[in-house]
Amino acid sequence: MKDLPDSEERRANLKGLGCARKRVEDARFTQGKGNYVDDIKLPGMLFGDFVRSPYAHARVKSIDAAAALALPGVVAVLTAKDLEPLGLHWMPTLAGDKQMVLADGKVLFQGQEVAFVVATDRYIAADAVELVEVDYEDLPVVVDPFKAQEPDAPVLREDLEGVTEGAHGPRRHHNHIFTWEQGDAAGTTAAIDASEVIAEETIYYHRTHPCPLETCGCVASMDKINGKLTVYGTFQAPHVVRTVASLLSGIDEHNIRVVSPDIGGGFGNKVGVYPGYVCSIVATIVTGKPVKWVEDRMENMMATAFARDYWMKGRIGATKDGRITGLHAHVTADHGAFDACADPTKFPAGFFHICTGSYDIPVAYCAVDGIYTNKAPGGVAYRCSFRVTEAAYFIERMIEILAIKLGMDAAELRRINFIRADQFPYTSALGWEYDSGDYHTAWDKALKAVDYAGLRREQAARVEAFKRGETRRLLGIGLTHFTEIVGAGPVKNCDILGMGMFDSCEIRIHPTGSAIARLGTISQGQGHATTFAQILASETGIPADKITIEEGDTDTAPYGLGTYGSRSTPVAGAATAMAGRKIRAKAQMIAAYLLEVHDNDLEWDIDRFVVKGAPERFKTMAEIAYAAYNQAIPGVEPGLEAVSYYDPPNMTYPFGAYVCVMEIDVDTGEHEIRQFYALDDCGTRINPMIIEGQVHGGLTEALAIAMGQEIAYDDMGNVRTGTLMDFFLPTAWETPNYQTDWTETPSPHHPIGAKGVGESPNVGGVPAFSNAVHDAFRAFGLTQTHMPHDHWRIWRTARDLGLHG
Amino acid sequence: MTKMHLTLTVNGEAVETLAEPRELLIHVLRERLGITGPHIGCETSHCGACTVDMDGKSVKACTIFAAQAQGAEITTIEGIGTPDSLHVLQEMFREHHGLQCGFCTPGMITRAWRLLKENPTPSEEEVRFGMAGNLCRCTGYQNIVKSVLAAANELNTVKEAAE
Amino acid sequence: MIPATFEYHRPDSVPGAISLLQQHGDDARVVAGGHSLIPMMKLRMAAPGHLIDLQGIADLRGVEVGDTIRIGALTTQSEILAHAGLAEAAPILIEAARQIADPQVRNLGTLGGNVANGDPGNDMPALMMCLDASFALAGPDGTREVAAREFYEAPYVTAREEEEILTAVSFARPPRGHAYEKQKRKIGDYATAAAAVLIAADGGRVTSASVAMTNLADVPVFSAAAGAALVGTDCGPDAVRTAVAAMQGDIDPVEDNRGPVEFKRHVAGVILARAIARAWSRA
Repeated sequence: MKDLPDSEERRANLKGLGCARKRVEDARFTQGKGNYVDDIKLPGMLFGDFVRSPYAHARVKSIDAAAALALPGVVAVLTAKDLEPLGLHWMPTLAGDKQMVLADGKVLFQGQEVAFVVATDRYIAADAVELVEVDYEDLPVVVDPFKAQEPDAPVLREDLEGVTEGAHGPRRHHNHIFTWEQGDAAGTTAAIDASEVIAEETIYYHRTHPCPLETCGCVASMDKINGKLTVYGTFQAPHVVRTVASLLSGIDEHNIRVVSPDIGGGFGNKVGVYPGYVCSIVATIVTGKPVKWVEDRMENMMATAFARDYWMKGRIGATKDGRITGLHAHVTADHGAFDACADPTKFPAGFFHICTGSYDIPVAYCAVDGIYTNKAPGGVAYRCSFRVTEAAYFIERMIEILAIKLGMDAAELRRINFIRADQFPYTSALGWEYDSGDYHTAWDKALKAVDYAGLRREQAARVEAFKRGETRRLLGIGLTHFTEIVGAGPVKNCDILGMGMFDSCEIRIHPTGSAIARLGTISQGQGHATTFAQILASETGIPADKITIEEGDTDTAPYGLGTYGSRSTPVAGAATAMAGRKIRAKAQMIAAYLLEVHDNDLEWDIDRFVVKGAPERFKTMAEIAYAAYNQAIPGVEPGLEAVSYYDPPNMTYPFGAYVCVMEIDVDTGEHEIRQFYALDDCGTRINPMIIEGQVHGGLTEALAIAMGQEIAYDDMGNVRTGTLMDFFLPTAWETPNYQTDWTETPSPHHPIGAKGVGESPNVGGVPAFSNAVHDAFRAFGLTQTHMPHDHWRIWRTARDLGLHG
Repeated sequence: MTKMHLTLTVNGEAVETLAEPRELLIHVLRERLGITGPHIGCETSHCGACTVDMDGKSVKACTIFAAQAQGAEITTIEGIGTPDSLHVLQEMFREHHGLQCGFCTPGMITRAWRLLKENPTPSEEEVRFGMAGNLCRCTGYQNIVKSVLAAANELNTVKEAAE
Repeated sequence: MIPATFEYHRPDSVPGAISLLQQHGDDARVVAGGHSLIPMMKLRMAAPGHLIDLQGIADLRGVEVGDTIRIGALTTQSEILAHAGLAEAAPILIEAARQIADPQVRNLGTLGGNVANGDPGNDMPALMMCLDASFALAGPDGTREVAAREFYEAPYVTAREEEEILTAVSFARPPRGHAYEKQKRKIGDYATAAAAVLIAADGGRVTSASVAMTNLADVPVFSAAAGAALVGTDCGPDAVRTAVAAMQGDIDPVEDNRGPVEFKRHVAGVILARAIARAWSRA
């Protein structure tokens, strides 16, 4: 309908979609009144702390807790023997494997949980940990996934000896977990073999860790009188935790309440179920007192979920003018001691088969072998949808390598091969249906914004100056065009432990025209309380400032699968919009009654229903809400509530074009980010301020990963990067300013066209930074060198290329 | 364990508590005094989530024993503004989206509060250098720097107007 | 990360502290800012039964700037950074202190702690060697002076006796030509390689030069040969090459997360060359 004189004002008043609304969360956080797990203090609360293995592979011969138990204040020391009668000494993982809760006869990685000490305060618990005597017999250690597959490699998982069929098909070796494949193997090989140009390379995406600033923890509290178990914890998926807790403990699900309070960053680290949660629950059941467990930073880095560790062997073919003919990928995936990857059940390698990226590749094949090693379990999606970062890094490196082989500009090679706007919806060779995109527009905008041609001229001049001995700094231009796949996912093929990956929203409109909405997701900094209210404001006409958003309490919130894999906006955001539409549908009936017209004579206008052709006759949503509670309306139930469980018909496919300009000192290996331009297309933009913030943060995590952050082990399986001295998290000093930009290509299947953005900058950022390093050395013959690109590795690259004279 | 009688001034109020000498100041504040604004992030003095102001200096409360803090005057995020009268920094962090998960925020603002007393007119580079003891995993710092610079600007404007 | 229990002492005089050390022997540790010791205690790599806090000893504070510069052991890195007299008399100290840790840590971390604990990663020891500083060690039998260049014996092992306390460092006002160049992975990190260089010049020639390196051996390294290689020269490319080669003969880096030995030796050379260039430009 035509805008009325006051339309603009009323629309602004809503603070709906597209508004850079300030965050409602900030008042408590800026005043130190956030409520994080470690802030929770219950009367009589005990503290749990772990005895952990110093060895990466050892037999546990005995555990003597006598001295610990003799220490005043120590309440209990749990070992696998205590958990065994309850059937809780092992627990199922999200990946169809099982994991020891406490060492059952042996330990398989350094930092593994061996015994759980419960004491009256955390100091006593820590003292008691020192007093537990564990007798170990060390065993040969394997930290290399290739060596783990040798015939005489030590058997890591003795519990699986002789088991030839795993959760994802046959196992071909005692340290082999699964082989998972997708695509046309023979067709791909044939296509590549017949190509005019073929590039082959192994790309390693190293092991790293999400390392949120707040570590993992929980407070478990069993109320023996009412039979109710309450667990507060750092859970990215509280409802799933409740179901798992019920299945494991045998406590009826209605008697379990799981609460995720404020969460100090998750990034995938807080998706899984960890032994600390199980032990805390057992301890509260045993003692009848609340038990808190909060891991310290070293424990977090050593034992809770890592990310990546993918050895990706690629082969790509092309015509001599640059048309890609086929892509072949084989991944050796180091999953550590237990397969605890957090992926939808049917996807043991996540969505790695998005590895054809933004390109129209006629035929492709990928296979992934999961391998056990003596490293911590995990394999979570660290600020990405499942294994999408690995896939994006792989294809964006392969494109660069192909460009080198072709002697072609990498920007041009991308442009030649992009899926065209008119090809959407586009079905990839590996079976995904990309919903929407306009890659050429985004790419051209990005290259123009950075004056790409000018940068290349400057780079060429720099190379010449370097060769003349006038400078020791090289210039790298890192390009990336990524396509993500987020918003898992359709219930037909995506589930976690059997739970379909829908999400939910429940709304109650109060009589005076304000509202509360609850969702199955949980914010860890994304600002859900702000943005979901904006979606609802646009849908219902109630100003966002009058809508409370609640998440994370399973007693009050509807069931949902949680927040990770950029799924909150695509799935819960859609549920929110749909629930809002249900509210509006009922509101329309009420308005029709009040205005004494037929439903169809009304049209929606921002915050009200207006009689068509009579703009002076209307009922605002506030008026309708009041009527819903105080008037008897024939044929309409009182009240104004709605609930929506949303099963997305497809994933969403955000994309973006990034350019990183980096200076590299060939003598020291130091780098400086001179410019970083990030164009993101996340479909409909709900809150530009929050999108920009997400991009800054994701890029900084990408910077860290690409330029230094790793979980490194020595040959004995000792973690070499257990503190924030060695695990690289950049400070404000090392972090550049970013230039953000966007295009807006709505998702055709999402109710409001939104696609999700939180993880894009990590997915696209890592290849952009890494490509910049590689590109700086392209003129000197570099094809591939592995991340992280810390000083010494960049220095080694320069040395190997003979640049140190 | 023998406890000592600890006397502190926290956010302008004299407080007393019993604590073991080895207790870390962050635990004394959080566990004994219920001041949960400052957080524990890395425990090795790298992340700054536990930053408080002690005797006029920004310090990391995870690396100070209770006993060392005897008699100290401490300001935490709880003492920097009130709900009815927020500090400009608190307003600017919200205004410029200088926080996301909020976990680093109390330490960040408490550090910035002291930084602006030490240097009321910092350059961007000085803010980045002066805030380099505080890690943030969410924001990429860009908006934190913007918030601190905006707060400096605001404070100076108010000061100039008063003069 | 929870430290083991200990008994806490806060003496108000140097003799008081020494008598506590005598009483408790190797079960006692002194603590100043605590930013080296406390993390070790939290990791339970150190578990002293007695902790002797020096902060109550007024004699350990204060900075005197004359022909000789004397800095009390409890002077923090922040106090060094803020000291106008030091900035004028010994700007190399400011340049180095800026590159140590971060603001909060510098607010508590002391010069005395940094030089006394013998951690080869600390920056001030090499700088003190470069300055030819002297450490005052107070013990049961009075105070003795030990040259910084004689102080460091092995990692965490120094010439300080168990019952002694390092009370102050002093050094002659250094020449104008100075630089402390440090490569590190990020703010808060120890050096991958760092070089302290002091150069005095007259008539376009180096009259004296002093070179010391941080974190490139299990102790800080004073390279007399590197300094000697610069004397009489104009710090031209040949002189720098000779100095770098001499320094590389004196260091003995080990591989760690910052990189392999070969890398460290190479960047030590690059960092030293840069430090020499900057010091020369100021000489």
